[in-house]
Amino acid sequence: MAETRTSPARVLVTKIGLDGHDRGSRIVAAYLRDAGMDVIYTPPWQTIDAVVAQALQEDVDVVGLSSLATDHLIVPDLIAALRKAGLEHVGVVVGGIVPEDEHGMLTGAGVAGIFGPGARRNDIIDAVAALAAKARTARLETLGI
Amino acid sequence: MPDTTPRTVPRQRLIDRLRAGEPAALARALTLTETGGADAQTLLRQIHGDQHGDPARHAVVVGFTGPPGVGKSTLISAYVRTLRGEGRTVAVLAVDPTSPKSGGAILGDRARMGEHAVDQGVFIRSLAARSHLGGLTLNIHALVDVVAAAGWDVIVLETVGTGQSEIEVANVADVTVVINAPGLGDEVQALKAGILEIADVLVVNKADLPGAARTEQQLGTMLHLRPDDAPEIPVIPTVAAEGEGLDPLTTAIDSRAATITPAGRARRARSHAVDLIAEAAGRRVRERFRGPEAAALDALSRRLLAGEINADEAARLALLSQPAGSPLPPDIPK
Repeated sequence: MAETRTSPARVLVTKIGLDGHDRGSRIVAAYLRDAGMDVIYTPPWQTIDAVVAQALQEDVDVVGLSSLATDHLIVPDLIAALRKAGLEHVGVVVGGIVPEDEHGMLTGAGVAGIFGPGARRNDIIDAVAALAAKARTARLETLGI
Repeated sequence: MPDTTPRTVPRQRLIDRLRAGEPAALARALTLTETGGADAQTLLRQIHGDQHGDPARHAVVVGFTGPPGVGKSTLISAYVRTLRGEGRTVAVLAVDPTSPKSGGAILGDRARMGEHAVDQGVFIRSLAARSHLGGLTLNIHALVDVVAAAGWDVIVLETVGTGQSEIEVANVADVTVVINAPGLGDEVQALKAGILEIADVLVVNKADLPGAARTEQQLGTMLHLRPDDAPEIPVIPTVAAEGEGLDPLTTAIDSRAATITPAGRARRARSHAVDLIAEAAGRRVRERFRGPEAAALDALSRRLLAGEINADEAARLALLSQPAGSPLPPDIPK
C-alpha cells in the first residue's frame, strides 16, 4: 500500500430492542462528534438485522449500543449477526445499565467495552478511538485493491 | 499488480466485488474514495478504464436540495419507496454538515429512511461535508462513479440543508429537485433564493399546511418571470410524511431524466471539475496568505486599512508579487 490516509473514525450509535429512552445515546453521539468522529445516529427500536445492514453500508469501525432496560441481553445475538455478515472487525461497546454479574456474559460474547452511569467522557472517547483504530487495521488486511 | 502475500483464502479484487454488486464492497469502496490517496486513485482508474469516462451512464443521478427542515430526508424515503414499488434499485448518498470546530459530524439523514434498512434493493450511505462548502462533499463526483459502477438504477443525492447559494448539486445530478415548504419566507425570499434557479423540478412539501397554496403560487409567479424559451419546470405539491404527490414527482423526474444526453452530462461534469479546481486553488492561496506569506502581506494590509487600495487591488498585487511557494509552476506563463 503506497499511501495510507486517515479519515475520521465512523461510529454507529444506536439502540436495539423495545426501549425508547434515547437521551444517553444522544449525549454519547455528541461526545464522539465533538471528539472529531463521524457519528451515524439512528432512532431507538432498531432490529438486529437493521443494525447489521447499517453497519455494513456505512462501513463503520465501531457500533455503540445504548441499553437501559435489559436490551443488552440481545447484544450477543447482534455480535453473532455482525460476524455472519463479515463484519468481525467492527468493535462493539455497550453503554447504560448493565448489571455487574452480566458483564462477563457480554465480554465473553465479544463486547469490547461497557460504560455504566458515571462513565467519564474521555474514557468513552478513548476506548472508542482505540477500537476504531484496531478495526481499521484489521480491515486493511481484507481490502484487495 | 498481483498480490503475492500468502493467504489462506485467495482474495478477490475490490473492483470485481464492486461490479458484482456486493454491498460490503461498495461500502468499502466508498470509504476508500472518501479518504482519498493512492488506493482510491487505483480504484477510480479501474472504474473509468472500461466505461469510457462515463461511469454513470446506466444510473440516473437525482439530487434533492432545499433549506433545512423542509423534509428532504422524508421525501427521499417516500421517493425510494415509489421506485422500489416499480422494481428499481436505489442508492442514497446523504450529506450532513461537519462541525467546523471539532471536525466531527452527526449523520442523521438515514434516521428518516429506516423503513428501507433491510431492503436489499436499497443502499444508504451517510457522508460528512467536511470543510467543503456547496452542499455536497469535495469528491462527490468520484463517489457517484463508484456507486454507478456497482450497477444501481437510481442514485439519490441529499445535500446538506442549503441556504441560497449551494448550487453544486446541479452540476453533479442529472435531475435536480429543489424542495420548499410553506412558511419559510415571503415572496421576496422566494425570488432571491439562488437555489431555485437550478431546479429541474420544484416541490412544495408539507402541502397540507396552511400557506402551501400561496407558496405554490409564488413559485409559479417566479417561474413566469423567466425568458420564454426557458425549460418548463413543474411545481409539485407533496406531503412526504403521508406519501402524497410521489407519483407525479417520480413522473416529472423520469421525464426530465429522459432528456439527458451524454454530451450534456459531460458538459456538466467539466463545469464541476473547473469549480473543484478553482476551489482548490483558492484554498492554496488562502493557506499561503495566512501562513508563510502573512508577513509579506503586512504592507498591503496597512494600505487596505488606510483606504489607499481596495481588497481586489491588494489581491492582484499580492498574487503578482509571486514570492517563494508560488502555486504556479515556472513553465506556466503569467
